[in-house]
Amino acid sequence: MLLQITTPVPKDIPLALPLPEWLGVSLLIISFLLHIVFIHLMVGGSILTFWAQIRGLKDGRFDVLAHEIAKTITVNKSLAVVLGVAPLLSINTLYTVYFYSANALTGFVWIMIIPLVTIAFLLTYLHKYSWNSMKRTKRIHISIIGAATLIFLFIPTIFLTNVNLMMFPEKWGLVKGYLSALALPNVFPRYLEFLAGCISITGVFLVAYNSRKNYPFDEIYQGEFSREEVKRIGYYFAVLGFAAQILFGLLVVFTLPPKGITFELIGLMLSAGFSLMAALWWSYQSLRIVTLRGDTHLKKIIISVVVFLVFYGGSRQLYRHNALHKHQQLMAEHTASFNELSKKAREEAKLNQVKKQDESANNPFAAGEAVFQQNCSACHQLDQKIVGPPIKEMVSIYSGNEAALKQWIKAPGKKRPDYPQMPGFAQLSDQELQDLSQYILSFK
Amino acid sequence: MDFPMFHLDWLNDRFLIAIIAILHVFINHGLAVGFIPYIVWLERKGVKMASSNQITDTQWDDIVYRKMKIAFIITTSIGAMTGVGIWFSAALISPTSIGSLIRVFYWAWFIEWLVFVTEVVLILIYFLTWKSSNKSLKSKLRHINFGWFLAIFSWITMAIIVAILGFMMDPGNWNTDQNLLNGFTNPIYLPQLLFRTPVAMLVAGIFGMLLTSIMVSRKHQHRESLLRHAGQWVLTMIPFAVLGAIYYWKVMPAAMKANMSTAVGTIEFAQYYDLLRYFIIGACSTALVVGILAVVKASKIKTVYVFVACLGVFGFLGIFERVREFIRKPYIIGGYMYSNLLRVEDYPLYQRDGILKYATYSAIETITEENKLIAGKEVFMNTCSRCHTTQGVNGITQVFERMYGINKPFEANAMKVYIQNMHSARTYMPPFPGNEEELDALVAYIKNLQITGETLEGVQGSGIAISPHNNAKKVAESRMPSNSTQAPSLSQK
Ligand code: HEC
Ligand code: HEC
Repeated sequence: MLLQITTPVPKDIPLALPLPEWLGVSLLIISFLLHIVFIHLMVGGSILTFWAQIRGLKDGRFDVLAHEIAKTITVNKSLAVVLGVAPLLSINTLYTVYFYSANALTGFVWIMIIPLVTIAFLLTYLHKYSWNSMKRTKRIHISIIGAATLIFLFIPTIFLTNVNLMMFPEKWGLVKGYLSALALPNVFPRYLEFLAGCISITGVFLVAYNSRKNYPFDEIYQGEFSREEVKRIGYYFAVLGFAAQILFGLLVVFTLPPKGITFELIGLMLSAGFSLMAALWWSYQSLRIVTLRGDTHLKKIIISVVVFLVFYGGSRQLYRHNALHKHQQLMAEHTASFNELSKKAREEAKLNQVKKQDESANNPFAAGEAVFQQNCSACHQLDQKIVGPPIKEMVSIYSGNEAALKQWIKAPGKKRPDYPQMPGFAQLSDQELQDLSQYILSFK
Repeated sequence: MDFPMFHLDWLNDRFLIAIIAILHVFINHGLAVGFIPYIVWLERKGVKMASSNQITDTQWDDIVYRKMKIAFIITTSIGAMTGVGIWFSAALISPTSIGSLIRVFYWAWFIEWLVFVTEVVLILIYFLTWKSSNKSLKSKLRHINFGWFLAIFSWITMAIIVAILGFMMDPGNWNTDQNLLNGFTNPIYLPQLLFRTPVAMLVAGIFGMLLTSIMVSRKHQHRESLLRHAGQWVLTMIPFAVLGAIYYWKVMPAAMKANMSTAVGTIEFAQYYDLLRYFIIGACSTALVVGILAVVKASKIKTVYVFVACLGVFGFLGIFERVREFIRKPYIIGGYMYSNLLRVEDYPLYQRDGILKYATYSAIETITEENKLIAGKEVFMNTCSRCHTTQGVNGITQVFERMYGINKPFEANAMKVYIQNMHSARTYMPPFPGNEEELDALVAYIKNLQITGETLEGVQGSGIAISPHNNAKKVAESRMPSNSTQAPSLSQK
């Protein structure tokens, strides 16, 4: 499958990796997981805020809940962005050619990430800081977070499209822009699985956030909601999210293109699935017993999520490795042979230059010719108009009047109306000017 | 060459990076590096001004808080995203150079990231705990100390980034050592840092004054005092900004000479260089006038005056960035890689065999009469498109018409000679890397552009073609030892 004429084999950046590959991969996975947790909280937080605020139209308690979640979005989004820099840096380093090629192929939408996310961020601030001033115009206020949420829902499709496309160089030739890359198998299942993750992780976050001892819960909710009720909401979303994640996770497995699948990969994915099941089970249990003031399962849920994330991050990386390593080998060989060719060409060019210099040693006008080639040849040639008049014409004007020629070169005037202005060459030394003029006037 | 070519055929690729980068520099310098110390200084003033039964002067503190709120919102949205945006856009437009830089500067960037994370966490803490820290003097003072920490971290992020910027202009000894410390020891580093630090403070002071004049009503008891403080801040920074600018300005020609050997480039540079002098004088003296006015007679300050001064210092910062960008040409990494993303050391190979043979995304096997225009298009994409569009900003037809006359049909021979020598005519352009046939094809393509007004779509729209020389089959075949040792015989006549 790899030996196809439709699979491009570019050359790699011919500089050594700045760190051992295992270290780069570890940093990539760890920093990516940190980043993705906050992304989950940012996206999930906006969805939940939107939902709670709509319910809040009828039931005021939910409006307070929405406000509380909204306050976390702007913090989580800041952390999501900074934490995203490290995985970006690492994937750029380890997979330069693959990642940048995918970026370019989806380039227009890829760069739109910047203005879109900026707008979404500004909207979340607007939404948060206008909570009181827009009390009377709730629907407009809700549509602000609605717009931000839509953007937040759209952006992950761009990232998923890119990290998917980068693994399939054999498909690059078929792709014309973002939409066609989006349509490659496996992007949508991964997207659905991601969305489910946003819901589940934000649900768990909601429980943990409201379990904090120093969180002035009663002051905020004025007794309208009890902690248990809010935590139940969190568990409810956790159950929903985990269940959906398992379902979509299966879909991901079945739509994975076979080229990167190995037994180890299936093992990792199964382990990730089991961790999710554990989290689901405990969340479900908590939903039933939370009224008895029991948070006994929260720690276990968090641990299962962390374990899940590790398997999830690991399986992503393993698949990427499997999918690309043959191609990477080809690319390395291609790079090496190109560098060899380039080196030979360099040496050959050096030899030719030495030969040329030997030849010009016998040429009395060699020095002048060099100055001419360097400074004038782009605009002047022997007997043809380029930008300025040909040398022949210069000679006809200045033959026998070397001083005037030098004067013109130093500070040219404006003569021919249909020619542009010639730049002056005041910085040429007297010797250079002398050689140059003699060279020009040698064309009788 | 090795990357699909993203291309914006009207806006110009460089323009995209430039817009994002300039916006980022303004925000980073004016609202973070310079602004944080300014705010913390004002916050401390509030504590000092407070009567003995207060922790801080509440009204004063509230205005300072609101200024910080604006800076907070802008830096954590537009500021943060344009920072990422520089990277995104550079990776789209100059993937080869950014990819190379990352290999060299990975650890610098990694440390930068750690500092950056710290900075963001600190700014979140600093801003979000502002109000709650007003409960006791002890927590207020701790809050102020947080502010100073934050100021230091924002400065460090800049100090690291400048190393990377300086490196791109003049890699110093990197071409031989390939060590990341070269970024910090390169001759432009210190001047840039000594320039940027006070200029950031200056921009921040003016911007702070602008915010005061807009946000605080004329009747407010603290308006004049706030303006006066901003004036003092600005006046303190001006001498350092001027000295820093002059120092930077003085070392520029040396940096430039390293890149531009020939005369015409020098002339172009001289024009910019002169312009810089006027900008230094103009911007700093406007700031000076406004600063003195604010200190001497704050009631006379109008928003327009401050706005003009603000534009002045932004222009000042902007023009230095522009010249820095200019000095770098024709290189994108000084001495190592040209702005067309081709490495200097590969030039002999390209000039001998042509570039299309080594371009991963060129469909051309050999150039013929039939595929000449397509070949020309690919040559254009690989050698000119990073700086020229076809018909838009810095459009190729337009620059040729400027030389040869509007609407006059282009003369193929003249164009060929020009392109072969374009590096010596206009040093900011790299030498033409291709061979005879490719030059022919390029000229035919440009002539065709003039006649048809055709435009050129980047791979983000048109997709890619895959080279018959650089696909998996070909590369795997050349593994056979008999093939790999044989140099291609294309043009070794
Ligand atoms: C950027 C293009 C350009 C470069 C580079 C250039 N010239 Fe010119 N040159 C012109 C143009 C255009 C004219 C016609 C000017 C006019 O007639 O107003 C011209 C005219 C001349 C003339 C004719 C003057 C006359 O009296 O009619 C001479 C001689 C000349 N150039 C010499 C040189 C030399 C020597 C160099 C190199 C040191 C040089 N030029 C570099 C564009 C150039
Ligand atoms: C490093 C970026 C860069 C690259 C690569 C580049 N150019 Fe230019 N070129 C410029 C700039 C900048 C100008 C000046 C535009 C202006 O003055 O408005 C210019 C001007 C020109 C001009 C007009 C020169 C004059 O004397 O007025 C021509 C012709 C030209 N380029 C052709 C080309 C061709 C053909 C290629 C590809 C083989 C190319 N350039 C590649 C940056 C570049």
